[in-house]
Amino acid sequence: MSQGRSPILELNQITKAFGGVEALRGVDFALHAGEIHGLVGENGAGKSTLMKIIAGVHPEFSGRFVLDGKETRFRSTRDAHAAGIGMVHQELSVAPDLTVAENVFLGSQPTNRLGFVQWRQMAREAGEQLSRFGIDVDPMTRLGDLPIGLQQLIEIARVLFSGARIIILDEPTSALSPPEVERLFTTLHKLRDDGTSIVFISHFIEDILRVSDVVTVFRNGRKIAETASADTTKGALIEAMIGRGGEALEHSYTDDLMLPQPGGGSTVLKVDQLSLRRSLQNVSFAARAGEVLGIYGFMGCGQLELSRILFGKLRPDGGTLVVDGAAKTFRSTAAARRAGVALVPESRRAMLFHQEPVYKNISISILERISALLLKPVRERAIAQRQVEQLQIRPPVVGLDLGMLSGGNQQKVALAKWLTYPPRLLVLCEPTRGMDVGAKNDVINIVRDLRAKGLAIIVLSTEPETVLSLADRILVLKRGAVVREFAGEAVSKDRLLEAA
Amino acid sequence: MASSDSATSPADHKRPRGLAPFLRSQMRNIAPFLTLIFLSGFFAIASPSFATIDNLGNILTQVSVTGIIAVGLTFVILCAEIDLSIASIANVTGIAVAYFTLQESYVNIANIPMPGFAAILLALALCALLGLVNALGLTIIGIPSFIMTLAMMQIAAGVSALLVRGQIAYKVPPLITTLGSGSIGGIPWIVIVAAVMLLGGHLVLTYTRFGRYVYMVGGNREAAEFAGLNVKLILGSVMVISAVCSGIGGMLGVAHFGSAQQNEFDTYLLDSIAAVVVGGTSLFGGRGGIGNTIVGLFVLGVLNNGLDHVNIDSFLKILIRGLILLAALVINVYAQRLREQAAE
Repeated sequence: MSQGRSPILELNQITKAFGGVEALRGVDFALHAGEIHGLVGENGAGKSTLMKIIAGVHPEFSGRFVLDGKETRFRSTRDAHAAGIGMVHQELSVAPDLTVAENVFLGSQPTNRLGFVQWRQMAREAGEQLSRFGIDVDPMTRLGDLPIGLQQLIEIARVLFSGARIIILDEPTSALSPPEVERLFTTLHKLRDDGTSIVFISHFIEDILRVSDVVTVFRNGRKIAETASADTTKGALIEAMIGRGGEALEHSYTDDLMLPQPGGGSTVLKVDQLSLRRSLQNVSFAARAGEVLGIYGFMGCGQLELSRILFGKLRPDGGTLVVDGAAKTFRSTAAARRAGVALVPESRRAMLFHQEPVYKNISISILERISALLLKPVRERAIAQRQVEQLQIRPPVVGLDLGMLSGGNQQKVALAKWLTYPPRLLVLCEPTRGMDVGAKNDVINIVRDLRAKGLAIIVLSTEPETVLSLADRILVLKRGAVVREFAGEAVSKDRLLEAA
Repeated sequence: MASSDSATSPADHKRPRGLAPFLRSQMRNIAPFLTLIFLSGFFAIASPSFATIDNLGNILTQVSVTGIIAVGLTFVILCAEIDLSIASIANVTGIAVAYFTLQESYVNIANIPMPGFAAILLALALCALLGLVNALGLTIIGIPSFIMTLAMMQIAAGVSALLVRGQIAYKVPPLITTLGSGSIGGIPWIVIVAAVMLLGGHLVLTYTRFGRYVYMVGGNREAAEFAGLNVKLILGSVMVISAVCSGIGGMLGVAHFGSAQQNEFDTYLLDSIAAVVVGGTSLFGGRGGIGNTIVGLFVLGVLNNGLDHVNIDSFLKILIRGLILLAALVINVYAQRLREQAAE
């Protein structure tokens, strides 16, 4: 720890409210040079809000903001950037149509005296920086052609090598494979030893403990504790985060887990020899009623494409889909919905209407069933209210704009819209990503209830824990092909990682 | 569950209160209204002939054709699309209805006269067809609406040119003549038609399932698709609605002006877009509505009419209109940002 030295960044009594809801209440925070500072807390605890204040995203707040001993106010992210603060946000923010090199140098392309971009120099330097980070790609490829995990790594690399002296990473590892996480940690330690200060936000507490020097715990917009990483444990941190005995809540899945023998539920979905250019190769499997099928694989293994095909958003190049015994070629997502397929995608931005109230988000998929021509707002609200209560969505106010809810609650809303008239097949992409322990348990219980009601459920995830906590049977997808099936046998995190 | 909200008081769960956040989130509705009040007040003081019942009637009549066209355009802009072919489609539909009507002998157009109702139906079919072409280009082929309707603007102008060949037609079916230029109890029919269409548009957008879908598709197209909505069908429908509204505006406009000729509706493209956007409907989709369009129509109507009542260089008027439109666009974008901040 860096006691005794004065911090380079010091925040005093920071309070920030969004439309009357306080996200931060009188938070103190200090960051020293050459320190990796871990932040943990449940969804909506205020971690991201505090970091966005530091990065100039939220210019309005109350409290003191002291940088290098001088009181400062950033009016924009540009100000923060100029002061040497860089942030990697939770959601990917890259330019997919630009080249890798352009993305690395976004906003700071090397130019000659006439202002022309020095392409060759840019490509060379980008290549050098990325290979230092263990990324071996042609800097002139279009970024959007790369797998998502690699895109995220490149975005991280951009900030790491931008010369920023304070780097904020918000959930940087969620889309990365274990070896990529290793490379990231090595680079972070190197940067720290060179004097860079790093703030690291993650739900993976093991990661936080491994990478950071100091950990701060947030709960409910308040700072609860700050300790040296060496002096604490995962259990203690979880307890501080949720304010009660936490160990029991999170299962580590390091030990063997027995999958049940496949039951005799009817086959709801049969996928045969499904292929999609560059993403899927001859994928075949079946999903049965009353069973949760887990599909695990690293980012870019073809999971996302598979889910899109099942829901009619992408059309496969080859192969067949049979839903309830009838061969289907979905021409639209509407056709898939009518055939009894439902999808909850992995990105909150893609699945919800943030400017609309909660009840409209819940009723959108069932309007056809509850209203012929005219809307029935009273009925809509009643249905939404029931779902909100059943799924324990907080706050339980269906008229509230969705954007006012915390991420985990938004995710529950996305699930809620399919539950009034349950589909035959429910496809969930990363259903618990970025959720806190309590919300994760809620989702697990919801999925189990649905399974008991006889739905066929497919859970796709890049997190082994998610698949292990939910699935009765597990497929491992690797580079677009099914490489292993776990059914009625022992499985653990290690075994899954090994297969993928 | 271990919700992070568990310790907050129930009061935090209510809608955010306080006047400032509310006003900020309502900026898009308030700003056009203030503009309207300001302009009306200004012209009322500047010219004694402005604030009269007669002149109110003038303003209503002047904005009617724009209003009819703007109904459909509101649907399109709410979906975050644009339709640049509205004026051309209005023009060609107005010409078509005259083309299918018996003209006086001195009109030198090789037209095909037929009964009035058939002429109206054919003209309506024509604008619906052109709207359908827009719809197919946008949804099936995937041409951005900006480009697709730019092409349609030319196509419709081309059809107009072929039908009238530089001539002017005067006669339209009696029903159209009545609705376009007649009046009942001192109220022009065209104002009534515009009011009914605006009301109808409002009811569809607010109380029907289709209207909800329009807002949802405009608010977040990807989410709409992931909710299992037939986004292409909805986008296609709004393009057809826009073309048919334009066609009706065109037919009544021809009767209102008393003639059908090439390039008659050119100014209506900008006016209609301006009415929708000045009223506060978001160019990014999902926000606004017919109510906003009505306020926008009045802002434009008061502005155009008021400038005629005060002593201003008529060439300067064009510039002033442009500046007002720019101001409205700035407010539109700014309101979007304020709302996003309030919603965060």
